[in-house]
Amino acid sequence: MPKQWKIKVILILIVSALVITAGIQLYKHRHFRMALAAGAGVNKVTMLSDYCSGLKGTMADTHVFFLEGKEPGGKMLILANTHSNEPASLLAALIFLENAVVEKGTLIIIPQFNNSAGRNTRPGDGYPLYFEIQTSWGAKKFRMGNRDASPLDQWPDPDVYVHYPDKQLLSFLDIRNTNRTWPGRPNGALMEKVTYAAMELMRTEKVDMAVDIHGAETMFPVTNCIVAPEKAMRIATMTSLTLKAREGFDNHVEPSPSGFRGLSHREIGDFSDTLPFLLEAPLPFLDQPTGPKTVKLLLDGKDPFLLGLAKKNKLFVPYDESGWPMENRVGQHCSAVLELLRQFSRKSPDRSIRVKNVPRYAGIVKNGVGYYYHNPAIINKKDLYFN
Amino acid sequence: MPFIMLIYYIISAYILAMLIWNFIKEKKSVNDMLLYLLVMVPFILRLLRVK
Repeated sequence: MPKQWKIKVILILIVSALVITAGIQLYKHRHFRMALAAGAGVNKVTMLSDYCSGLKGTMADTHVFFLEGKEPGGKMLILANTHSNEPASLLAALIFLENAVVEKGTLIIIPQFNNSAGRNTRPGDGYPLYFEIQTSWGAKKFRMGNRDASPLDQWPDPDVYVHYPDKQLLSFLDIRNTNRTWPGRPNGALMEKVTYAAMELMRTEKVDMAVDIHGAETMFPVTNCIVAPEKAMRIATMTSLTLKAREGFDNHVEPSPSGFRGLSHREIGDFSDTLPFLLEAPLPFLDQPTGPKTVKLLLDGKDPFLLGLAKKNKLFVPYDESGWPMENRVGQHCSAVLELLRQFSRKSPDRSIRVKNVPRYAGIVKNGVGYYYHNPAIINKKDLYFN
Repeated sequence: MPFIMLIYYIISAYILAMLIWNFIKEKKSVNDMLLYLLVMVPFILRLLRVK
């Protein structure tokens, strides 16, 4: 065999070994089964594809949990993991799913709204594939996802994404971003079907409020806030003021821009009777000028580069040596959702929603997030759902 | 399969064929051989529909 072909064969073997090794890890990540434990308050579980048949059998289909009270009342939808690299949303939704007992009205929870993105990663940024939350019974393992749906599920991307129905031109990547594809359409791209199904759910079930939970960079101005359109502004403002006064953390209100299309806090309000809110908590992991994107950074939010920038007043949130731990972020989300419920119930007593057993900010900061999760090994198998 | 998807697969197959051809024709540069192999990976996965 000529020398050049010996080199070529060796190179083919090396590249094949690298591709197969990495491919196995990515395959396992994509197919990792995450246990979702339905708590005592859950009395109905459906799939998102029940509201848009085009999702059936795809990786974008996901579980929808209903927690219905004995007394009729209003309805709230909680969307988590719209961006699957903002995991405080998922952790907060799971606290509601496992612990909430609804006395009046209905809570509808979609813990992994962009299920395809939850099975995607960002190798170029060195994202970890998994992270763990410590509990009294051991570590609970989660898949770490990405902002956008996997190109394995929705491909090809267009050169420019033309938003439906406004025809606004958006980045090509945002056609896989479920916070740019609202209100969606039944015959569009897969992520447009996901948001269309959620719109159908809200219209069919006559949902009063929808809360889309996120995390944002500390260097991004829309962080640590509640984003709301005009019609939901009063409730958002009262929630923000009450949280500051009673629980001591900032969560300012940002108006939803009417000229920027595809976002949940804009389109849900414009295309249904539901009042939309989007919650943002600071997520240092997402900032660009940080050290390595490790699980530790994801969980404690401590980074020396951000600390240096904070001293130069370059961040939009308070930041010191204590970082921005996951407990604080999850705690903020839980308190904000509970306060939104309370303010809505005060404003619309005939459609009020009463929920108990969900911890607030102080409790989660004190006990940690894992304190509120149940051991899937001892839970009745019929209450376990894998997503 | 939508027409646009079919076109994408044809483009992928064409680029892959060009890469294989260049890899075979390359005689000296190990760097270029390695580069051709690495660039081939996503095209092979796409054509074989490996997920």
